[in-house]
Amino acid sequence: MSRAGLILGALVALLLVATALLAPALAPYSPKQQALCDGLHGPSAQHWLGQDKHGRDVLSRLIYGARVSAIVGLATVTISALIGILVGSLSGYFGGALDQLFMRVVDVLQAFPGILLAIALAAVLGPSLENVILALSILGWVGYARLVRGQVLVEREKDYVQAARALGASPGRIVLRHLLVNVSAPVIVQATFGMAAAILAEASLSFLGLGAQNLPSWGAMLNEGQSFLRTAPYLSIFPGLAVLVTVLGFNFLGDGLRDLYLTPRSRA
Amino acid sequence: MRLYLLKRLLLTLPVLIGASVLVFLFIHLIPGDPVEVMLGESASAADRAALRHQLHLDEPLSVQFGLFFSGLATGKLESIFYHEPVSRKVFARLGATFELALAAMALACLFAIPLGIVAALRRGRWADSLSTGFALLGVSIPNFWLGPMLILVFSLKLEWLPVSGRGGLFHLALPALTLGLAMAALLSRMTRASLLEALSEPHLTAARARGLSEPRVILKHALRNAGVPILTIIGLQFGALLSGAIITETIFAWPGLGRLLIEAIQTRDFPLVQGSVLAIALTYVMVNLITDLLYTAVDPRVRLEGRA
Repeated sequence: MSRAGLILGALVALLLVATALLAPALAPYSPKQQALCDGLHGPSAQHWLGQDKHGRDVLSRLIYGARVSAIVGLATVTISALIGILVGSLSGYFGGALDQLFMRVVDVLQAFPGILLAIALAAVLGPSLENVILALSILGWVGYARLVRGQVLVEREKDYVQAARALGASPGRIVLRHLLVNVSAPVIVQATFGMAAAILAEASLSFLGLGAQNLPSWGAMLNEGQSFLRTAPYLSIFPGLAVLVTVLGFNFLGDGLRDLYLTPRSRA
Repeated sequence: MRLYLLKRLLLTLPVLIGASVLVFLFIHLIPGDPVEVMLGESASAADRAALRHQLHLDEPLSVQFGLFFSGLATGKLESIFYHEPVSRKVFARLGATFELALAAMALACLFAIPLGIVAALRRGRWADSLSTGFALLGVSIPNFWLGPMLILVFSLKLEWLPVSGRGGLFHLALPALTLGLAMAALLSRMTRASLLEALSEPHLTAARARGLSEPRVILKHALRNAGVPILTIIGLQFGALLSGAIITETIFAWPGLGRLLIEAIQTRDFPLVQGSVLAIALTYVMVNLITDLLYTAVDPRVRLEGRA
């Protein structure tokens, strides 16, 4: 199951990235091309997934929406992981007051439930793609910091680190060349789940009207579709399916990678 | 136990203060002028000055900080849109959010715990696979999609349940289902894992050797031990339900705290945004604290380990 899930998840991830990169070639119409007379027309031979209230092609907007999801997911995970790795490794390696300070900040940020802080931040920063990434990254690094700190605390006492220290390696070199290599597997697994979480959070913010403006986003499409649930349910069904398949894919991938990288080691 | 309780309460204090400071700083995170964000670029200079004075933004940061906290403590922090104390607005909506979260939790427990038990007892069989599939789907379905889909089927097509609003049990059904599904998914996995672990304990073999019937072994011995982690996940997830309620309440026009937050954001009522965020965060911290204490009360090993 986990091997099949891993392959399925990898395929979904590849599909998302390929769709995002090749959107102009794949989309049959421009996502902004309006045809007001054809507003709310259901799926047809010309428009496979129908048209929204402005007559825009739903399939083309879904394809371009993959771009927003991929950009937010990748950017959030990259920024969060970099900050988290830096804070976690400094905190775990040096300990003391620095560790206490970082961990109290982590405690405070973790005192906010899930998406609440992202909603509040996106609200005060204003709705835009950059602000969504910023809001999600401000929260996202916390999980990586805790994970890396824990791993570094375990690894720093091991013989190979003691040997490197005895050979005169600087703390920076020990962290960069030795410790981070050995904590990379759990970080990769966390980043995969982080992609799913970031894509879901972006769609949630867009659904609430706090996401990217003037860009086709799956969450915003769902928000628009909710007003036409009775007359044009396809406007809600397809963007939701896109979010569901993508999130499920990354969760499968994360599960598969965890079994592949982490379980054998813990068994050993 | 009393010492542990005191220690745990004292540890919560800096988190509560930190969360309050962070909420206070929200308004200062905006690049540029928060008053312009609230009123728009076309507002007159007099209106801007009046709002700046009302929000005390013309005072030094330290004074603003003191005023924010005293406003919170005395209940004088006022909503710009409603011209009412923020605390009054928040308390008026708190009940609806708790009602929704409790209903979602009850639904999740009723469905997930039996599913998790069956999955553990039928490990590797179809019931187990069904439970695994349900759990993966449950955590991946976005509630902002599930809600409209439930409305489409049960309200618009079948016309069994109302589309939105707060009323009796019929009004509660769809929002509770939307909010509770992800929790049910996690809870069924946790129940399965905890029961499997409990079933492998040596004292169960001893109970069987004493001639106890299998249902008695499971109900009296295994489930009792599996109950502690299940209780923990219920408590922690109840806190998570409060944030999930923001979207669910928006979909179903449920007049709770989450809906209030979104309304405050839409009307750019920043004191109300601050108050709502703080209320949700504080409730979340307190629910987690209570869960922690319950956990300690149920499982004495926790406080003994803490002492060691």
